[in-house]
Amino acid sequence: MNPVATQGFPSIRLGLIGGASLVLLSLIGMVEAFNQREIVSDVISMGQTLLLFTAVFIAYLAAIRGRERGQRQVFGAGITAGLIMAGLLALLVLLGHGVNMRQVFINASPALFQTLIFQQEELWAGIGLLLLAGAVTGLSAGLLCLLPGQLRHFLISGLCSVAIVGLLQDMIAPVLSEWGPLADLNDLLFPGNGLSVSGAIGLFIAVVVLTAVWSFKGQAMQTRIQALPPRSRRGLNLAAVLVGVCVLLVLPQVLGLFLSEVMTIIGLYVLLGLGLNIVVGFAGLLDLGYVAFFAIGSYTQAILTSPELGFFNWNFWQALPLAVFFGVMAGVILGVPVLKMRGDYLAIATLGFGEIIRILVLSDFLRPWLGGAQGIGKIPKPEIAGFEFATPPQLYYLILAGCVLVWFISWRLRDSRLGRAWMAVREDEDVAQAMGINLVATKLLAFATGAGFSALSGAIFATKLGSVYPHSFNVMISINIICVIIVGGMGSMPGVTVGALALVGLPELLREFADYRLLVYGAALVAMMLLKPEGLWPEPTRQRELHEVEIAAEPAPLAEEPVGPRS
Amino acid sequence: MLQRIRERLSPTDIVMWTIGAVLLVMIIWGSVTTLVKGAYSARQWIDFIIFGLAQGSIYALIAMGYTMVYGVLRMINFAHSEVFMSGPYTAYYFAAYFYRSGLLESHPVISMVLVFIISMATSTVIAYLLELIAYRPLRGAPRLVPLITAIGASFFLQYVFRGLYGSGFQAYPVIKALESHWTAGPVRILKYQALVIVAAALLMVALYQFTQRTRLGKALRSVSEDKEASALMGIDVDRMISMTFMIGGAAAGAAGVLYAIMFKQVHFFMGFIPGIKAFTAAVLGGIGNIPGAMLGGIFLGLVESVGPSLFLDGLGIVAPYQLKDAIAFTMLVMVLIFRPTGILGERLAVKKA
Repeated sequence: MNPVATQGFPSIRLGLIGGASLVLLSLIGMVEAFNQREIVSDVISMGQTLLLFTAVFIAYLAAIRGRERGQRQVFGAGITAGLIMAGLLALLVLLGHGVNMRQVFINASPALFQTLIFQQEELWAGIGLLLLAGAVTGLSAGLLCLLPGQLRHFLISGLCSVAIVGLLQDMIAPVLSEWGPLADLNDLLFPGNGLSVSGAIGLFIAVVVLTAVWSFKGQAMQTRIQALPPRSRRGLNLAAVLVGVCVLLVLPQVLGLFLSEVMTIIGLYVLLGLGLNIVVGFAGLLDLGYVAFFAIGSYTQAILTSPELGFFNWNFWQALPLAVFFGVMAGVILGVPVLKMRGDYLAIATLGFGEIIRILVLSDFLRPWLGGAQGIGKIPKPEIAGFEFATPPQLYYLILAGCVLVWFISWRLRDSRLGRAWMAVREDEDVAQAMGINLVATKLLAFATGAGFSALSGAIFATKLGSVYPHSFNVMISINIICVIIVGGMGSMPGVTVGALALVGLPELLREFADYRLLVYGAALVAMMLLKPEGLWPEPTRQRELHEVEIAAEPAPLAEEPVGPRS
Repeated sequence: MLQRIRERLSPTDIVMWTIGAVLLVMIIWGSVTTLVKGAYSARQWIDFIIFGLAQGSIYALIAMGYTMVYGVLRMINFAHSEVFMSGPYTAYYFAAYFYRSGLLESHPVISMVLVFIISMATSTVIAYLLELIAYRPLRGAPRLVPLITAIGASFFLQYVFRGLYGSGFQAYPVIKALESHWTAGPVRILKYQALVIVAAALLMVALYQFTQRTRLGKALRSVSEDKEASALMGIDVDRMISMTFMIGGAAAGAAGVLYAIMFKQVHFFMGFIPGIKAFTAAVLGGIGNIPGAMLGGIFLGLVESVGPSLFLDGLGIVAPYQLKDAIAFTMLVMVLIFRPTGILGERLAVKKA
C-alpha cells in the first residue's frame, strides 16, 4: 500500500477529468466565442471566467476528497488537480503550436492559444504562467474548502453575482442609463465593455454584506412573518402579488424594444411550457411531438387570416378560437392512437407524429393549401378598437394576457378532480384505473388541454412573426420546451417560468451563446437528471416523492428491476 | 357472437382499426393504380429494390445497437444516433488525408479498412463514455429519467461535434474503384451498393454468431434475460452492459462509414434521421431481438425506397419522394399501435416465458 498513490489518486483522476473538460471547452470554441465579452474590463473575460469556474469547481471537489484524509491533504489535493488541469491545457497549447490543428478542429485557432497563455508573447513564459495559474487555482480551492461554511457561502455568492452582472451587462446597462439617478451608477459600473474594477469590487462587497445580513436576520424575519395572524399574512401575500402584477405591467415600458422582444419570446415559451406541463408534468405522458400542435395553431391562424392565400381573410380575433379548437381536436386525434402506449414508446410515437406533420406541411403535395417551403405571409396583427398590437411592447401585453389565462386555467385544473386524476395516472396507471379513473378520458383531456394551449401560443406566434414557415416547427422546439419544464421542475408552474427565463431568456441576451444553446441544453438535461431530477423550482409533492424513491432504493438496489414494455 | 365482439372492442379500438383499414385500402389502391398505369419499368423497380436493400442493411446495423441496449437495460438509447454520427465524422479526416496522399487511389482496400477501424473505434469509445457518464448512475431510476438523459446526451454530443468539426457538410472522398456497376441481365448494381450490402451482411452475421457462440455472447444474453441471476452466476453485469454499448457502438461506427460511402457526405446532424429510422426498424422486428432488427431494417429500407413510387404515386400525390420519411414514421406509429411486439416479437415472448 503506497500511501502517496492512494492519497493522490482521486485528485489525479479529478484533475484528468477536469483537464479533459477544459480542453473540450476550448476546442469546441466556447472559450474563444465567449472571449468577446469582458466580465471585468481588462481583467477577465467571459471565456476565462468559464475556464476558471470549471477549474475551481474541480479543484474544490479534489480538495474535499483530500479533507477526508486530514487537513493537510487539502492543499496537496487541490494543487495536484489544478496543476494537472493546467498541464493538459498546456499540452494542448504546445500541440497547437507544433501542428496545424485547424484542418480538423476548426476552433483551434492561434487566438485561442494566445488566450490560454494569457496573451504572452513568449510561448514558454505563457505556459509557465498557465501552470502557475493552475497551482493558484488549486490553492484557492483548498482555502475555500477550509473556510467555515457560512463565510464560504458569502464569498461564492459575491463572486457569482459579479459574474452574473458582468454577463447581463447588455440588459442591465441600458435599463440603468434611462433612469436619471441610476445613470450615474451605470457610468460607475459599466464604463466600457464589462464592469469596471472598482464597480466589481463594490458589487462584490455589497453582495457579501447583503447575504451576510440576510443569513443573520432573514431567519428572524421569516419567523416573524410566520408569527403574524393569518389575515395580515394573507394581506402580505396579496401585496406581494400586486407588486408582481405592477412590475409585469410596466416592464415593457422600462425595458425598451429589444428586451421587450426577448420578453415576448419568453412569454411564448411560458405558454408552450405550461401546456406541455399538463401533458408531461401532470399526467406523466412524455410527448416529444408537441411542436405539432404549435404548428397546427400557427397554420390555422395563417390560413384563416392571411390575404396571401385568400381563403378567408378573417381578423385575428375571429381566427383565434378556431385555431385553439383545431389544436384541441388535433390533440384528441393524435392522442387516441397512443392511448395504450407508455413511457419511451409514447415518446417515440409522438416524435413520429411531430415529424409527419412537418414533412406534410413541407411537401409539394399540400402546397396549394399550406404554402410548402415558402410558408404563408402577410398575417395581420391583432387589433382592438383601432389599437393594433404591432410592436414587441404591445404584443407583450397580448402574450401576458395569454399567459395569465393559461396559468389560471392550469392552476385551477391542477387542484380539480381532473388534475388529481392526472397525477394518479402519472404515478401508476394500473392503480389509477383500479381506483375508477377513466384512463381514456383522462389522458385525452390531458392531450387536448396541452394541445389547446400550444395552439394558442402558435396562433400568437404566427401573428407576431407575420408569416409561418415549416422550418419554424422542427423537433428542436419540442426539445426546447421539454428542457424548459424539466429544468424548471416537472409539474411545477413557477418552475416553467423560471425554466423559460433561464433557458430561453439567457441565450437571447447572450448572443455569443447562440451556437452553443443546444449543447448547454443537452448538458443541462443530463446534469439535471443526474444531480437534481426535481428541477430548479420543484413542485413540493414531487420533490418529496423523488427523495422517497432515493431512500427506498438504498437498502435494496436490485429490487428496482426495470419493467419491459407493458403495452 | 356479435355481442361478445362488441363487448371486447372499445371505441378507441374501433377508431384505430378503421384508420388501419383505411390506410391499407389506400396502399392497395395506390399500388394497383401505379402497376396498371405502368409508370415505372421493371429495371427501375429493380434499382429501387437494390437501393432499398443497401439502405436497409445500414438501418439494420444501426438497429443492432438499439435492440441490444433495449434488451439489456429496457431503455431507448436516444443518443445512439450520435454514436453513429461520431465515427464516420471523425474518420472523415483520415479518409480525406488518405485521399490527398494518394493512398486511397493506390491501396483502396487498406485505406478503407483503416477508415472502418477508426470509425468503429471512435463510436465504441463514445458509446462507452456515454454509458459510463450518463446512464450508469441512473440504474434503477424511474423510467422517464434515463430517457430524458438520453435526449440530453444526444443533443450534447451533436453540438460537441459541431463545435469540434464545424457545422458544414463535409464531402466524403469518392473511391474510383467503386463508382462503376455490374450488370447481370436486367439487374444493374452499383459497386458501392454491393459493397454496402455485403459488408453489412458480413458484420451482422459475425455479430449474431458472436452472441450465439462465444462465452461473452452467452453472458450478454444471460444479462438481458435476468440481471440478478446473471450476477449470482458470477457475471459482472456492469461490464456486460458496457460491452453491449460498445458492441452496438462498433456496429454503428461501421454503419456510419457505409452510410458515408453511399450518400458521400457527413454532417453533425446526420445521425438524427437514420437513428429514428433504425429505431423504427428495431421496433418493427421486435425490440430486444437481434435477427428481428436485421429483418426490420431491411424491410424498412425496402418500403422506404419502393413505397413512394409504388403507392403514393398511384394516389396522385405530387413529388411522392418527399414523403418517404413520413412513410417510415407512419409505419413506426402503426407498428407501435397494432403490434408493439414487432414481427419476431412473439417468438421472443415464448422463449422468455
